[in-house]
Amino acid sequence: MTTSEPATRESPSGGETAVRRSPRKSPLKATRSFGRRWWHQLTSMRTALLLLLALALAAIPGSTFPQRSISPPDVDAYYADHPSLAPFLDRLWAFDVYTSPWFSAIYLLLMISLIGCIIPRLGVHLKALRAAPPDAPRRMEILPYHRRLDGANETRARAALKQHRFRTVRRESDDGTVTLAAEKGYLRESGNLLFHTSIIFILIGVAAGSLFSWYGNRILSEGEDQAFCNNLQQYDEYGLGAYVSETSLPRFCVQLDDFDAEFSGGGPTDFDADVTYTVDGTEDTYDLRVNHPLNIDGTNVFLIGHGYTAVATYTDRYGNAQTVHQPFLSMDAALNSEGAFKFPDANFNPETGEVDADAEVGFDAVLVPTYDDSTAMLLGSDPELNNPVLALTAYRGDLGMGDGLPESVYSVNADQIASGDLEVLNDEAEVIGVGDSMELDDGSTLTFDGVEQYAVLQVRYDPGGPIVLAGAVILIGALLPTLTVRRRRYWIRWNPDGTVETAGLNRNDYDGLEEECDGITADIAPDYRPPEPRTDSEEPIGSTS
Amino acid sequence: MTGAQAANALFVATIVTYAAAMFAYALEYAFDKRASPKRAGVLVASGGEAVDGDERLDERADDAASTAPITPAAARGAGRLGLILTYLGTAALAASIVTRVVYTGRWPWGNMFEYTVGVALAGMVTWLVLVQNRHVPRRLGLFATFAVTMVLGTSVRVYTDAGPLVPALDSYWIIIHVTAAITASGTLLIGCVFAILHLLKRRHDRQVSDGKWVGFPLSVAERLPDATILERVTFKIHVFAFPLLTFGIFAGSVWAHFAWGRYWAWDPKEVWAFIAWVVYAAYLHARVSGRSAKANAPWIAILGYAVMLFNLTAVNLVFSGLHSYAGV
Ligand code: HEM
Repeated sequence: MTTSEPATRESPSGGETAVRRSPRKSPLKATRSFGRRWWHQLTSMRTALLLLLALALAAIPGSTFPQRSISPPDVDAYYADHPSLAPFLDRLWAFDVYTSPWFSAIYLLLMISLIGCIIPRLGVHLKALRAAPPDAPRRMEILPYHRRLDGANETRARAALKQHRFRTVRRESDDGTVTLAAEKGYLRESGNLLFHTSIIFILIGVAAGSLFSWYGNRILSEGEDQAFCNNLQQYDEYGLGAYVSETSLPRFCVQLDDFDAEFSGGGPTDFDADVTYTVDGTEDTYDLRVNHPLNIDGTNVFLIGHGYTAVATYTDRYGNAQTVHQPFLSMDAALNSEGAFKFPDANFNPETGEVDADAEVGFDAVLVPTYDDSTAMLLGSDPELNNPVLALTAYRGDLGMGDGLPESVYSVNADQIASGDLEVLNDEAEVIGVGDSMELDDGSTLTFDGVEQYAVLQVRYDPGGPIVLAGAVILIGALLPTLTVRRRRYWIRWNPDGTVETAGLNRNDYDGLEEECDGITADIAPDYRPPEPRTDSEEPIGSTS
Repeated sequence: MTGAQAANALFVATIVTYAAAMFAYALEYAFDKRASPKRAGVLVASGGEAVDGDERLDERADDAASTAPITPAAARGAGRLGLILTYLGTAALAASIVTRVVYTGRWPWGNMFEYTVGVALAGMVTWLVLVQNRHVPRRLGLFATFAVTMVLGTSVRVYTDAGPLVPALDSYWIIIHVTAAITASGTLLIGCVFAILHLLKRRHDRQVSDGKWVGFPLSVAERLPDATILERVTFKIHVFAFPLLTFGIFAGSVWAHFAWGRYWAWDPKEVWAFIAWVVYAAYLHARVSGRSAKANAPWIAILGYAVMLFNLTAVNLVFSGLHSYAGV
């Protein structure tokens, strides 16, 4: 379609007509005219509108079905809830709407349609910008604004039109008629073209983003030993654009020195993360806050969430102790959080030199930041750490971590419990405070050492961002002249018989033409009096009298 | 009385005042004879379109005048009172918002209730600007106060006690974003009212010119201004609101960039804002692209507002996304 247009233009016009008239077209020509018809169809404003509406409609499923690009766990949950429907929907890209072929197809067609409509209009407009305003029709009284004057001075008329910022041209014909033709409001079409062009920019920027961007999310606890570097293994979750390879990610490392969350009235009011980051061996620090990302050579690091890390020490039956820092997932606004402690290599027998069979230990835990023991409720309502406790359920046996399946670090494998491979050691969760321990039947203990904070960081690189930003700024800037500037023409003519006529024409729908033209006419001919306002304004619009 | 109670008292006062204004406007709308169909007939004729059935309308207008319980002058007085009440109610609404701001010590758009109240304020200010600049006759305040009072009434259903903000909402970009979105929504509310009025008037005129009897509720449209005037006003409002809406979406995505790390996440709220924007762009296009498209344009504008409302209500309450406010 795209190539047929120039090809047709190059063909000699005589041949074209001949072909049209001949009853049997050669296949090539037929294809061309078919292509041209479709090209016109595609680039018409109505098609663009339909495509635009189609794009809007196509975006709807993305708001009703969970999206992989936003939240993969929700997609998994959908699969679990609708096992028969989900695979079918998946085949229709219902979980990847914004990268689906049908969404992309609409998007591409819209882009082609836009380009196809802008280019010819650009040509016409450039010509119009250079051309002189056209002459008035012979009978000026057919125009929407028309007045007869007793006389007018030409120099004065020119000055008045100049003052009103009209582009003016003078024409004199053989019979002595002199006409000044004036036009203004070219900015409307310029703005309009720029506006439509900016949409193309935005589409390109978004496309560039989906091809070349990447991101990774990371839960980062405080401390040097928790630092992470920018590679996919160290992210909890990540996404790569179609043209991004794992090895091309820039190298840097980030460490969380200190994290503060301030709370008031049961909700967080401020987060503040002090981070140290290293690029090419150079260290630097940054005060990372919500709405205040860290920029490392174009890659942004955002603070997008927070939570608590529970620190616990397990001392096994042989007295070997291991301490873990386990991030917990918050379940509600009060930061009641859930998590698990797993010790797959506990109970190493120093005498035999082997790990006891079925001696792996795990704990499902709920972390309550402010526990109120005066009520029967476990969960608290205050996110601040005023009386943190852990509610623990212990399991022993086979944690099922060696079977290679991905599994949650926030809970003990439920299948292992169901199959009996894990033995439940306490039916009712045991609540312990900081410094307290839970003792198991084999004499091993889990001690609650304390609570740290973690920050959720998102690292994101999107080269399309600046293009989209530029496009959006142009779009808004161009929208104003597009909508507010009016294109209009004004003529004044000295007829050979000594009479003078003026006329005005609006090229956009607007209702102030008469007032405006009367104003110009009054500037040209000082003794001109505009006619009485028409009687239909007798209904006092908005009258406050 | 605490600040929150004062704010709520002012809020109730607003609703009562607007309801009284609506009643006053209704009197003017029904009984001011200057707005009678006879004038409307002149209007249409001078606008270039002939109106049939003029005589019959005249008769009815005279009937109405002779049986009217109040004189046209009294009706105009009621209209003046309605306008004064509208100003008072709007001042009370603004004062209610300011009181909340002082009480909570933060900018006023922190939850759905406050957002809705902001939309009502923006809508009423739009209306007052239109009346003050004589773009529309005062008696149409009947419809504006009705629409805004409905919005205020609805906002009560999502009432939230004044409280502090979650950190993600604490950025000046969101102030810009939400203020633009609220202003656009309020303006578009009035735009939607005029689109509806235009359609009513158009249908009424068609019935009349077909010689059909016009029954209630369509007969209410008899005293509306000329359909072409209503259409123009509708367009003007949308021309003003569309850049605001565009800017609001833009500011939202700048803010999303800083707060969530991505400028556009196809979050349900974003999806529906995009849809609304596209529908309004379609309205602007339809208005300039030929007669039949122009005739359909008001429907597109109404569809646009339906999408806005859907985005404000259903998307907040039903879909989960980054935009969900805690507890509404
Ligand atoms: C092939 C694609 C398109 C064509 C041929 C087209 C054509 C036009 C034309 C001719 C106008 C000028 C109307 C006038 O001022 O007389 C216009 C205005 C406008 N277009 Fe488009 N357009 C296209 C796509 C789009 C898209 C994708 C958008 C996105 C929202 C858009 C938004 C607008 C807006 C907001 C206006 C201003 C309306 C006005 O002037 O009153 N257009 N378009």
